[in-house]
Amino acid sequence: MKTDLEPPTTAARRRLPIPYQRPMLSQVSALLLGLLILFVAVYVPIAAIVIPSTSALHFSAYAMTLIGKIMCYAMAAVALDLVWGYCGILSLGHGLFFALGGYMMGMYLMRSIGLDGVYHSPLPDFMVFLDWKALPWYWQGTEHFFYALLLVVAVPGILAWVFGFFAFRSRVKGVYLSIITQALTFAAMLFFYRNEAGFGGNNGFTDFKRVLGFPIAATETRVSLFLLTAFALAGSFLLGRFIVISKFGRVAKAIRDSESRLTFLGYNPLGYKLFIWTVSAVICAIAGALYVPQVGIINPSEMSPGNSIEMAIWVAVGGRGTLFGPIIGAFVVNGAKTYLTAWFSEYWLLLLGAIFVLVPLLLPGGIAGLFRKRRFRRSP
Amino acid sequence: MWPNQPLRKRPLILLLPCAVAAAVLLIGRSACAGAVTPEDLKKLGEDDFDSKSEAITRIVAAGDASGRRLLEAVRDGNAYVASDGRILIQADHSYADPLTGSPVNAKPGDLQEITLNNLLREQVAGALNALDLKSPDRATRAAAIQSLFDHTDPSLKPLIDTARQAEPDPSLKARLDQLWAITDLQDPDPKKRLEAVQLIGRRGDPQLRGLIAPIVEAKPDGSFAEQDSTVRAAASKALSDLNFEEWKIRMVGTVFAGLSLGSVLLLAALGLAITYGLIGVINMAHGEFLMIGAYATYLVQQWFQQHWPIAFDWYPLAAVPVSFLAAAMAGFMLERAILRFLYQRPLETLLATFGISLVLIQITRMVFGAQNVQVSNPSWMSGGVMLMPDLILPFNRIAILIFALCVVSVAWLVLNKTRLGLFIRATTQNRTMAACSGVRTWQIDSYAFAFGAGIAGLGGCALSQIGNVGPDLGQTYIIDSFMTVVLGGVGQLTGTVVGALGLGIISKVLEPFWGAVLAKIAILVFIVLFIQKRPRGLFALKGRSAEI
Repeated sequence: MKTDLEPPTTAARRRLPIPYQRPMLSQVSALLLGLLILFVAVYVPIAAIVIPSTSALHFSAYAMTLIGKIMCYAMAAVALDLVWGYCGILSLGHGLFFALGGYMMGMYLMRSIGLDGVYHSPLPDFMVFLDWKALPWYWQGTEHFFYALLLVVAVPGILAWVFGFFAFRSRVKGVYLSIITQALTFAAMLFFYRNEAGFGGNNGFTDFKRVLGFPIAATETRVSLFLLTAFALAGSFLLGRFIVISKFGRVAKAIRDSESRLTFLGYNPLGYKLFIWTVSAVICAIAGALYVPQVGIINPSEMSPGNSIEMAIWVAVGGRGTLFGPIIGAFVVNGAKTYLTAWFSEYWLLLLGAIFVLVPLLLPGGIAGLFRKRRFRRSP
Repeated sequence: MWPNQPLRKRPLILLLPCAVAAAVLLIGRSACAGAVTPEDLKKLGEDDFDSKSEAITRIVAAGDASGRRLLEAVRDGNAYVASDGRILIQADHSYADPLTGSPVNAKPGDLQEITLNNLLREQVAGALNALDLKSPDRATRAAAIQSLFDHTDPSLKPLIDTARQAEPDPSLKARLDQLWAITDLQDPDPKKRLEAVQLIGRRGDPQLRGLIAPIVEAKPDGSFAEQDSTVRAAASKALSDLNFEEWKIRMVGTVFAGLSLGSVLLLAALGLAITYGLIGVINMAHGEFLMIGAYATYLVQQWFQQHWPIAFDWYPLAAVPVSFLAAAMAGFMLERAILRFLYQRPLETLLATFGISLVLIQITRMVFGAQNVQVSNPSWMSGGVMLMPDLILPFNRIAILIFALCVVSVAWLVLNKTRLGLFIRATTQNRTMAACSGVRTWQIDSYAFAFGAGIAGLGGCALSQIGNVGPDLGQTYIIDSFMTVVLGGVGQLTGTVVGALGLGIISKVLEPFWGAVLAKIAILVFIVLFIQKRPRGLFALKGRSAEI
């Protein structure tokens, strides 16, 4: 049946003026980013391997682990910012995707321990401990690196897609959605704490020996992992940038600012939200997968609801709605955490709490907001 | 049967001290004395195992301390028979007479150890256990009952029968009754067996089911362990009675446990539902108001202990208003100082309130220490009502159930029958219109927030009576209270009450099948699915007010 309210044909749509599209990166920032990547790629291997540890320029293993870890957090923050800052969905469940990615990588790392475990068994130690005789079905094939990589992307991706599909389809939004994501994370944490789940229970996975045949504690391996993380961070930043400046990203921002109005204009927000949500979950999972071999342990406490909320504060401190903000936020908050927990561990939680309270009150645009000329626009 | 009966009968006043001394001596030994004679002991020394067994039975029947000593010696291989048939026990390289305990001279070459076979060894062990049933120490008796369960010996039946009549402890008495029924079930007389089966059926204790289940069970070749068909019929009737009884007990128990959990959830979630309905913000620090209430209760308890110990039993009466006020004050200050500036930005309020909860937890840790503090029940709250042999309803749980109902009633009264409640409802439903009608909505926000926080404080006061009070108290309950609110919907009490009690009962129904953790996971998943169907909860506000 023909109606007057038919959408414009493709040709007609082509004729509609498309608003000014910002460039992927301004020339200055492209230059800066390129130089930064070049610097990291050249300096870190030299500083860590060639320069002796007595020199002040030496890049110590401690610093490398710390910065590598924070870069993983920064990736997670970028991922969270994509959904929160650009789509208006505050997820309190990104810790779940992060940890899931980590667990999938952990499965591969556990398998590559081979016979070198405490019990010299082909099964991971905790399974021997539980008196299991064979690998559960979901562990099959995890000894292959590329299959593990596939799992890293697929498991959190599918989970996010299914969850998002149901949640967004029934228009669960705002605080309700946040609470539901938190419940999901909490349920997953309880599940992973169980020994029967087959993920090592309380202790999770640890004591990794090698990755792709290289010893995991060797400096060269660590440098490679560090560089990989740095590139992944840059990649997720660029991917995020690509998404938000596209027409697709504009619609996402419209969802953030007024979902009802967008619906009245004839858009269905479901696909937009679902896509960004899934991409965000996958980025988060990759960050988790890079995190585990560097930190050397993954356990269910990574899924605790508090961790996911902390991710939100990285984004808030850095400035949501910008992509470099969350990276800065992750570095500032985690840097402060590392420094303060070492010296005034009692006061760190007080300070963290104060950050949670004061940033929304006094610095709604975060650190990035300080550099903006316009006032940060409030959004729900 | 006093061996010195004649002595007592003599009315000679001179002999009285002797009589008293003898009586004391006898009471000091065993009170029961079918005294073991040296003749009985002789049998122990014979080569025939049947005679030995008979002797052991006699010793057990006499049941005195010297018999016990002898049996222990026999068990440990320290009992000997001399060539003249005397029985001696060895202790510290010297020999003694088992009956009197007086030392006896004997040449080691003259002695032969009393040997046992496996059957006798078991009999001796069982006999020792049976003698233990008379021990004044409860733990010894409990251990003896347990080992008798493992090796039941029908010959010990009379001993068990006397023990179960004398047993003061009800739980041990119940076990002894079971033990007695087991021994009776193996009686050769079918009438006795029938009686035992009927007794078990009448007792209505599902724990006994395992005893009669084998009777009705057919062996692979189609025959039955129990020959008598009337006994079998009685057994199957008893079995179905017991099954029904167990089902009843389990149902009542599950419903009560569910209501109890539900009342806790209700107390935790009620305040949350009020504040969420009013300002559309999930307060992540809500759990910490519970904690404040619990710690306020702790302080009141300390005060009573130090200054007014006589009235200690009634400290909860004082703790209720104190915890309400403490949490309400905290809520009021929080709303005025922070939350007020974040309205219209619910997601950031979520983060800010999470920060507040971190700060409150850390402050509590620094003031009271990270360890749990001890809040003890007043004496009238400990113990419970025993509804059925297997079902005890603890008083503190009942008290909390009643308390939760009172709190809901009070909250209902405040919201529906007072001016403040009218204003709160008006602001919840339509803030602008309420403001136009002259309601000072910004004040109502503070009062309502304080009211919700105060109710959480009451919840904390109640929780301190059944759980640990520590800095993490709030974290334990916060997700559950969110789920209750999400399930029940916001802005009215009915939803929260139904949501809380429903969640409580569902978790307790699922727990026996899946265990506590999986049940919790299942419920969380269920709620995630539920929210697809009813995004605003079971009892959503309808109409214009629905869009918060």
